[in-house]
Amino acid sequence: MIRGREPLAWGLFAAGGTVAAFLLPAVAFVVLIALPLGWTGEGARGALGAWADGAGHLLGRLALTVVLPLLFFHAAHRIRYTLYDGLQLHHLERLIAAATYGLATVMSGVALVVVWFLGPGGGG
Amino acid sequence: MSAPEAVELEVFRYRPERSDEPEMERYEIPFRPDWTVLDGLNHVKEELDGTLSYRWSCRMGVCGSCGLEVDGEPVLSCAAYLEDHLPGPIRVGPLRGFPVIRDLVGDISDFVAKLERVKPWIIGEGEGAGAGRGGGAAPDGAPDGAPDPGEPHRQTPAELAEYDQYSHCINCLLCYAACPIHELAPGFLGPAAIALAQRYNLDSRDRGAEDRRVVLAARDGVWPCTFVGECSSVCPKGVDPAGAIQRYKVTAARQWFSALVSGGER
Repeated sequence: MIRGREPLAWGLFAAGGTVAAFLLPAVAFVVLIALPLGWTGEGARGALGAWADGAGHLLGRLALTVVLPLLFFHAAHRIRYTLYDGLQLHHLERLIAAATYGLATVMSGVALVVVWFLGPGGGG
Repeated sequence: MSAPEAVELEVFRYRPERSDEPEMERYEIPFRPDWTVLDGLNHVKEELDGTLSYRWSCRMGVCGSCGLEVDGEPVLSCAAYLEDHLPGPIRVGPLRGFPVIRDLVGDISDFVAKLERVKPWIIGEGEGAGAGRGGGAAPDGAPDGAPDPGEPHRQTPAELAEYDQYSHCINCLLCYAACPIHELAPGFLGPAAIALAQRYNLDSRDRGAEDRRVVLAARDGVWPCTFVGECSSVCPKGVDPAGAIQRYKVTAARQWFSALVSGGER
C-alpha cells in the first residue's frame, strides 16, 4: 500500500530527534558545566571517569545501543533532505539515500562494536 | 510619521499577448489609512488601468481568493493595510509557485487536483474503499459514532475540537506560496491539502481515513515536508498545516510499524 520505506526513515529520524532533544541538555550540562567545575571528580580520571563508568555499565551500554543508531539515522535523514532540497539534487535520489542511510548503518555497526567489545568494560 | 498623500504600488504585470516577459509597473494611488492593498488595486483598476487582472471577492478574509505577495510576503491583500507597508513603493506580485496566467492571477488547477485526491468530504459508513476493512466499522445502530442513515450525526464538543481548526482553511494558498518545498518538489501534496485531509480524518463522523492514506502516506504525500513551518506562520485563519502534516507522519509511521509487526499490508 505505502511504497518505499519513508515511514521507517522518518520514524527513525523522529525518534532520533526526540532522543537528541532529551539528551542534549544533559550532555551540555556535563560537558560544559559539571566537567569544567570538577564536580565529577579531580583530574583526568575524574573528568572522563563519569563517561567511562556510564558507558561501561550494562545499562549504559544498552542505552547507547538504542541511542547511537537513532542519532545516526536522524542525522542521515537530515542530510538527505538537505541535499535534496538545499542543493537541489533530487535527480540523485537513490544515490543520496543509499549513501546517507548506508553511512548511518555502517556508523551504527561501528558504534555497537565499540560499545560492546572495545569500549570501557567491553570485551568481557 | 505623518501620513503621506499618496503611495506607489509596484505591480507585477504579465500580458502574454504583449510580451513573453513579465514587467513591473508603478501606479501612484491616494494613501488612506483605512485602505488595504486590495483597495489600492481596485483604485488602479477603476481609475488608472482597467486591464489589471487579479482575483478578489469578499474583502473580509473569508473567500480566500485575494492571496498575493505584498513586499515578498504571502498575504490576503484584503487584510494587508497600505499603512503597514509605507513608505513604498509597495511591491505586489502573484503567489509564488503557481504558473501565472495573467498579471496577478495564478493557475491553481494543480492544487485543485491535489485537493480532490485527498477526498475532502465526509466519507460515511460503507462508502469508502476501506469499508468493511476494520477501522471502527460498526453495525448499523451501534452507539460508537456511526449513526444510522437518517439519524443526526451527533458530535461532542471534544470531537469537534479534534478537527475544528483545520476546518477554517479557506484555500487561499498562502501556505503553498510560503512553502519552499512546494516549489522544489512540485508533486508534493502540500500544506492545505494535507490539513484538509486531516480535517476529515479527525472527524468522528468520517470513515475515509483508509482512502486518504493511499494519498497521504505515499511518497509525494506528507514525506517531502521538512517542517519548515512557514505554512503555519502565514496562514490567515490560524490553521496549523505544519502541525497537521507532522501529526499525520506520526500516524503513517505508526501504521507502517504496526503493519510490519503484524505482517499486514504496509
